Amino acid sequence: MTRSPIAILVPLAFMAGLYFAVFSPVSQFLPALLKGLTVTVSVAVPSILFTYVISIAAGLGRLSTVLPLRWLSAVYIEVFRGVSLLVILFWLYFVLPEFGLTLSAYTAAFLGISLNAGAYGAEIVRGAVQAVPRGQFEACVTLNLTLWHKYGRIILPQALVIAVPAMTNMTIELLKGTALVSAVTLVDLTAAGVRQNQLTYQTVEIFSALALVYFCLAQVIRVSGTQLEQVFNRHLGAQ
Amino acid sequence: MDWRWDFTFDTVMPRILPGLWVTIEVTFLSFALSLFLGLFLMIAKRSKIRALSLIAGEFIEFMRGMPLLVVIFFLFFMLPEVDIFLAPFWTGVLAMGIYNAAPAAEIMRGGLQAVPKGQWEAAHVLNYSTFRTWRHIILPQAIGPVVPGLGNLLILAFKETPLLSFVAVPEMLDAAKRITSETYRFTEPLTVVGILFLILSLGSALLIRLVERHMLREYHHAK
Repeated sequence: MTRSPIAILVPLAFMAGLYFAVFSPVSQFLPALLKGLTVTVSVAVPSILFTYVISIAAGLGRLSTVLPLRWLSAVYIEVFRGVSLLVILFWLYFVLPEFGLTLSAYTAAFLGISLNAGAYGAEIVRGAVQAVPRGQFEACVTLNLTLWHKYGRIILPQALVIAVPAMTNMTIELLKGTALVSAVTLVDLTAAGVRQNQLTYQTVEIFSALALVYFCLAQVIRVSGTQLEQVFNRHLGAQ
Repeated sequence: MDWRWDFTFDTVMPRILPGLWVTIEVTFLSFALSLFLGLFLMIAKRSKIRALSLIAGEFIEFMRGMPLLVVIFFLFFMLPEVDIFLAPFWTGVLAMGIYNAAPAAEIMRGGLQAVPKGQWEAAHVLNYSTFRTWRHIILPQAIGPVVPGLGNLLILAFKETPLLSFVAVPEMLDAAKRITSETYRFTEPLTVVGILFLILSLGSALLIRLVERHMLREYHHAK
């Protein structure tokens, strides 16, 4: 689907402006929501970056010929995909101190979200690497390329092009996952919205604002994913 | 670390297992609702009326960017304001049903699109009725590719149920939270919940893989 980012963002910005103009009591809760938004973004951005690193590492580990590495990645992927994010967050924040490792709320949120999303990402990377034509792997063997060259220069660039659309979806899921960090006492956008709702009872306005902001954030991710896809196709894609 | 087995078996298990039952109930009820709503969304999106398909498409896009927690809280706080009073359990079912309707619609649409165009044309040429076309030509071919996608969605829905503990639906995590607030012991309840989730989602993933393989085999036999 090709939709120009401006075509989406301009009407949205207009709608948002109109909305704030019509509902003046918005000024009561808006500052708190914006504060929540900064928490959401400050959790989401580092998590996204770390998730990509984990995804590639665990995805390649899953395909490694070294047996322990493969098992380790498989166990990691199955465990963190099998348990729901909220349980992971609770576990990291409340149970790990029992094992002598106390994490701050922010670290627990960051680790929980990126480990959970990384497990999904690893499966995407694995699928993408497997989708690279076999001839490419054989050519690497024939040319006697080192492991670094083989993956860094030949396989991964092609695999990442394939992985971008699925990774974009995964990133949006990650963004939605940040709504759960209130479980570990962080006051993110959603938590701020719920608090303001209890203070001001402007349920419709607050939750419409939340939905609008999350929608805009998701659109930013989606649009940058499409842009990245185009850049990759232009510079790295074989076809 | 001190892990107490007697606490695990005497206090934690008897209270979490009823929660497990609630979790499973919510999962299946909300999934049924998702399929139902998703079917309508899909039909609307495929509709020839441009406005309808545009609205359905935008709704799907919108729902995909919205966190489930926001949907849950929205319904939880909004429904009483319009004089609809539901138990948290049914609010949760409703929220998860609506939330998962969009991906369900997309999966079903993908399955329909995977049916080659020639099949439609052949049915048309053979003068099949609309009902016969769907019943005997399109649906049997569309269901195969849809099963793994919907199965994964079911597992995702299962893993999303702990979010309902935010509005006090008495599912597994809620039971665990109650135990922790009464006894100040976090290790056993939370670990038990985690392990139960792991076992169940891995088990159901295996089950879906078996069903998928079975269906593929039947499909190849039919060929």
